[in-house]
Amino acid sequence: MENKKKPVPNKSLTDRIWALFASVKLAVVIFTLIAMTSIVGTIVEQNADPEKNIKILAKFFGDSAAVPVYNILNKLGFMDMYHSWWFVAFLLAFAANLIICSIDRLPRIWKLVKEPIHPLSADLLEKTSIRRSLPVKAKPAQAKELVRSAMKQIGFTPQEAAGGEAGDRGDQLFAEKGNYSRLGVYITHLSILVILAGAIIGLFFGFNGFLNLPEGETSSVAYKDQGKEIPLGFELRCDNFEVSYYGESDMPKAYKSWLSVYENGKKVMEKAIVVNDPLTYKGITFYQSSFGMVPNTTGKGTIILKIKAPGGQSQDIQAKVGDSFVIPGTSVQGQITDFSPALSLDASGKPFTYDTQLKNPAVFIKFSGPGMNASGWILKRFPQTWALSDGSRVEFLDYWGVEYTGLQVRKDPGVGIVYLGCIAMAIGLFMSFFMSHRRIWVAVSEDKGGSKITIGASAHRNRAAFENRVDKLVALIGGSPKGGNQ
Amino acid sequence: MTSSIFFGWATIAYILAMILYIGYLAFRSKGVGLAATGVTIAGFVSQTAALLLRWKEFAEIGNMGILRGIPLTNLYESLIFFVWCLILAYLVIEFKYKTRSFGAFITPVAALVLAFIDISGMSKNIQPLVPALQSNWLLAHVMMSFISYSMFAVSFSTGLMYLIATTEDRKEPAYIFWTVMLSVFVVVLSAMGLDYLTFKMSVKGQEELIKSYLFKASFRSDSPATAGASYAVAAAFTFVVWRFGGLLRKVITGFNISAEILDEITYKSIAMGFPIFTLGGLIFGAIWADQAWGKYWTWDPKETWSLITWFFYAFYLHGRLMRGWRGKKVAMVAVLGFIAVIFTYLGVNLLLSGLHSYGSE
Repeated sequence: MENKKKPVPNKSLTDRIWALFASVKLAVVIFTLIAMTSIVGTIVEQNADPEKNIKILAKFFGDSAAVPVYNILNKLGFMDMYHSWWFVAFLLAFAANLIICSIDRLPRIWKLVKEPIHPLSADLLEKTSIRRSLPVKAKPAQAKELVRSAMKQIGFTPQEAAGGEAGDRGDQLFAEKGNYSRLGVYITHLSILVILAGAIIGLFFGFNGFLNLPEGETSSVAYKDQGKEIPLGFELRCDNFEVSYYGESDMPKAYKSWLSVYENGKKVMEKAIVVNDPLTYKGITFYQSSFGMVPNTTGKGTIILKIKAPGGQSQDIQAKVGDSFVIPGTSVQGQITDFSPALSLDASGKPFTYDTQLKNPAVFIKFSGPGMNASGWILKRFPQTWALSDGSRVEFLDYWGVEYTGLQVRKDPGVGIVYLGCIAMAIGLFMSFFMSHRRIWVAVSEDKGGSKITIGASAHRNRAAFENRVDKLVALIGGSPKGGNQ
Repeated sequence: MTSSIFFGWATIAYILAMILYIGYLAFRSKGVGLAATGVTIAGFVSQTAALLLRWKEFAEIGNMGILRGIPLTNLYESLIFFVWCLILAYLVIEFKYKTRSFGAFITPVAALVLAFIDISGMSKNIQPLVPALQSNWLLAHVMMSFISYSMFAVSFSTGLMYLIATTEDRKEPAYIFWTVMLSVFVVVLSAMGLDYLTFKMSVKGQEELIKSYLFKASFRSDSPATAGASYAVAAAFTFVVWRFGGLLRKVITGFNISAEILDEITYKSIAMGFPIFTLGGLIFGAIWADQAWGKYWTWDPKETWSLITWFFYAFYLHGRLMRGWRGKKVAMVAVLGFIAVIFTYLGVNLLLSGLHSYGSE
């Protein structure tokens, strides 16, 4: 009793802290802490207005308790918990745990990986986890060749040791595979550290911002959430933005921005970006993230028309509502009298505008001239409205200069390291779960005019599968008792 | 839509298989067992055909090419795929371990999920992909996530069976744990069934049903008496399961499934599911988010819940290495892990989406 209460004499405090951080027990405690606190973080909305979270908390604790509960959680940092000191501390403890447990265990495992397999003594052979023995009629020398070819057939290239040193009378053939798979766990653990390191680099040396860029405008800065400017070091221009739709529906199929990069007044790059396909220049990446109408531009956009005369001449023109144009090669004149961002027909067939966004842009054009007196809506999304009776076509290409493209702007020098960590993790997990260190020893000794074959084998993971392999080996050896093809 | 006809056949086959597998457990007749396997395979083949047909229809509607047009973009499609993976995993286990006893536990899950699809009246329409989902990562990310979910579902059933088979003492924490878990499962499903019966007629869309009417017929009823009675019935049910749980243990041990095999299958399905989940769910998800939004990790509820799930299974895998945790304790972690999976998969979208708007950019 007395002895138990005393600390173990030769264990210092540092030793005990080391043992704690090297333990699996601490690992599962940290798993639990991160998981449990994260649950709270998914219920209260992070970085949200207090009213919003008080409303959420009222659902759980009632109206009267919501405010005090909010205040307590707020003090504890739960309203921005993934950046709170204690959550960061959990992550650091997690990292420390990973590092120390690796340092603690790696030398021993490294020895197991690097140390070449050596023959086993008779009693150790008896102690392997998979054991088989069988008699064969062939003499030991022949039997050994039989075993050697059988082992090769199941994928093991054996080494050989003479009987004496193995401690038994018989000679031994032995081989191992997958010794490196023991390192899988450490690669997985290391990969987590690599990912964390990449995340930290991104946090310190990168930024996240946004940029709402109207069509035709250029910017040399992006903005942070608080509106703070971040210089880009070059200029970005939005040449055009467009939404395309599925068929005749208003379901968006793609958001597309045509961007150009300028440096010292010279265009150095251009790319049309869509969601999932961003533009990267000098380490800064622009992602298509939203779009909208520039305020106070209603009706002020540029109408771009492509006019094709019956003779084949065609011409692009830019116009505003009220402007007129002439179809080339004819004396037919068109006047743009109206514009709608989203045209639809009501029940009585009368046109009306159903949205302020450019969902179905249309221009109303009056045509006049010899033998032609027509008017109608020309719709950008519907080519059948483009043809006129004399064979000429007026295509509505774009209504330009009123939309902006919303870009997510990011610089993250750590992302490559994060990807590297991800690859390492995939490799580590594959090694840890789908490979194993398999070792096999076969002793061949003389026995009653024939030979006795004793097999011992072990696998550090998935023993059942390896046992089947060993049984196949037995069948291969036993299957041709006279040595067959030799 | 020809695919829905095949889905219909598959549903009927799985329900029939459930009856046959339970019959097989009860009568131990070889013929019934063979019939159960046959019907399950027939259902599986039919569902495979349905999946392929829907994939074709979907790819054609969106005009996106086969790789991007995988029909895994809404709750209906993902649940169907989940059932497909689950049945596939079950058939592999049946042939590998040469036992049909699990059929009676797995096919009800498949049948229940398909019934849940009909109960909730969720939309079965094919909808073309929104821009954010138009990525080659969709196929790998979603498919691997669901393959791992079905692995975890298997580990949940075998973990629960392990607990049922190895606990006897009614005061034992592990015994209390499984009786409560099983009761909560049955109670939640029954409450959802009640919601369906009460509100099906008056509700238009699936979103509305789940968000506003979930448990309205029972626990969240406007009448305090109904709500109170629901809690009382739930408590009484839990008590009955707790009091007579020993009978269930006798049933399971009567089928000659050893606790070791249950433990082994639990471990193996997690050992398969965990790396697939890490790679397909977390890593591919992060890479995709990085390409679409420029942020590989944002701590939004869906991401956070997958991380929570990941930690649960990491706990399971490490727990097995600790003295005194092998067996019952880690089996409990396996069961809890799947609860986290369900929450990641359904809970975040159905319950937290009222608070957060995930995926709406």
